[in-house]
Amino acid sequence: MLKESLRIVASFPLAALVVLVVILVDKAWPALRYNGGGFFVHDQWRPGGFYANPVTTGGVSHPPGASYGALPLITGTVEAAALAIVLAVPVGVGTALIIVEKLPARLSAGVGFCLEVLAGVPSVVYGLWGALTLGPFLARDISPLIADHVPDVPVLNFFRGPTGFGEGLFTSGVVLAIMILPIVAATTRDLLRQVPRQTVEGALALGMTDAESIRTVAIPWVRTGVIGASILGLGRALGETMAVAMVSGTVLGANAHSFYSTMTTIAATIVSQLDSALTDATGFAVATIAELALVLLAITLTVNVLARLLVRRVSGVALPVGRGV
Amino acid sequence: MTAVTLGKGRSAPAGSGLRRRRIADLVLWGACTVALGLVVAPVVWIVVGVASQGLSHFHFGELTQTTVGQAGGLANAIVGTFVIVVTVGVAAGAVGVAGGVYLAEFATARSGSFLRGASEVLSGVPSIVLGYVGYVTLVVALHWGFSLAAALIVLSVMVVPYIVKSTEVALRQVPTEYREGGEALGFRGAYALRKLVLRPAMPGIATGVIVALAIALGETAPLLYTAGWSNGFPTAHLTHAPIGYLPYVVYVFYNEPYASSHQLAHLAALLLIMLVLVLIVVARVIVAATQRHSPHRVQRPSRRRGAARP
Repeated sequence: MLKESLRIVASFPLAALVVLVVILVDKAWPALRYNGGGFFVHDQWRPGGFYANPVTTGGVSHPPGASYGALPLITGTVEAAALAIVLAVPVGVGTALIIVEKLPARLSAGVGFCLEVLAGVPSVVYGLWGALTLGPFLARDISPLIADHVPDVPVLNFFRGPTGFGEGLFTSGVVLAIMILPIVAATTRDLLRQVPRQTVEGALALGMTDAESIRTVAIPWVRTGVIGASILGLGRALGETMAVAMVSGTVLGANAHSFYSTMTTIAATIVSQLDSALTDATGFAVATIAELALVLLAITLTVNVLARLLVRRVSGVALPVGRGV
Repeated sequence: MTAVTLGKGRSAPAGSGLRRRRIADLVLWGACTVALGLVVAPVVWIVVGVASQGLSHFHFGELTQTTVGQAGGLANAIVGTFVIVVTVGVAAGAVGVAGGVYLAEFATARSGSFLRGASEVLSGVPSIVLGYVGYVTLVVALHWGFSLAAALIVLSVMVVPYIVKSTEVALRQVPTEYREGGEALGFRGAYALRKLVLRPAMPGIATGVIVALAIALGETAPLLYTAGWSNGFPTAHLTHAPIGYLPYVVYVFYNEPYASSHQLAHLAALLLIMLVLVLIVVARVIVAATQRHSPHRVQRPSRRRGAARP
């Protein structure tokens, strides 16, 4: 009796997932039919005339001129998350190494507290800080340094050009990197603490320096877990909403043309466009938002499941849930 | 490995190789120190920055008055956040702890890993997706309107996986002997579970719930389209009554062009950080207090105490 009722409650997350997907597909159905494959190829975001008489195309009622392309949102999401990973992984792993190998217990507990705070700060607060403090700082002091010293060659000229005012891809990536640091750093730290002491001492007895013993003993031991934690962080960066909505500029209809230009992501678009989508009397704009949510869900869940399967298959260490601390 | 001359390598003939290896060491630890700085600096920068801006024009009326338009105080949002967090704590706590108990105590290996996987996957769903689904189903389709009930359900779905996980981990640390002892004494299942298994796991479970509350406290995306916003205090109605909360102030008031609304946004951000810090400290105190009395103290990472002594 107790067992049965507990099993019903334990099935709650599974039921929630199924309900989530069913509702999203149901809501997005008109958009999936009308937007078609062009949704992933076009870069214009045209809601059409909300105040004109609706048109019906292939059984789907929509405002005249409605034409949605989500390509800039998808690339923006991927670019910002990729930048976050590139910045957060080295910093997180380096911090974990120094916590485990060098810092005295009291200091490493202090750094652990810092990681907990980073994981606990609400994403709107990151947004506020990013928009008012970090963004202007990067635009004034860091971006010109990069833009002026990068050579003008085909790929690298993405990093050249006007540096803007602190809203855009660069700031979004840095804020996301700070937000996912705790997942990477705390997981790596916990894994490094499990490295067998005797193997490390054996390496030191062979005359290896710290760098060599870390490369030959510690890193192979933790590699899979760190990759898994990084992918998990990637998943969080891809789905992060409020902070990006506040620091990216939320510009629709254009790809980021430089490292500093304003952009938007899928999640930021959902939160910033749902209000105006509700004024579409045909409901087509809301259906398109549902399609966006479905795309975001597909991307983040794929990333999340991949991370967990990878880690479970290779090392048997479980990845943390959510923010990682 | 010719360069391996232990100890006084600097004067040895193969010194140049050793020097290169020592430089590699220095570079590694230099880079790690920079990384450490890059972790600590944002913490200090955010806390100090938000605090200085939140306190720059602070007056106590902002904590006791309700919001009037874009000005006034945050009393309604503070109470609203409190109501939301407490109700989520009760609802998600009950569901999450029960789910964790099932996974740790009753589930077979196969069904357990399946349900556990579902819970982990649910924790990876972006919060805005949950908010959107909550809006179209609870607020619109069920005609609840912006309401505490809608906010409560969406936030609970979001944090249940955290509580399931921490409960399961806490229960798995309770020694099997406790359960066997209960069985040997002929305790009934539910009684043994409550007295012998749940009780020693309580600190871990409580910590998990507190962490989940810290997350629920600062979430904005799932609430914008489910809780709505209200300038007044929360009412006793579960549905058809929007409710104010602090993160809304940070996001929406920041985008308004008034000095008064910016001031409230900064203060709300400061209050959120302070509340999160309080919850983190409470969780740490629980962990520290129970570790001191734990029978497994010896099994915990001995580095911590060992390394403290020079």
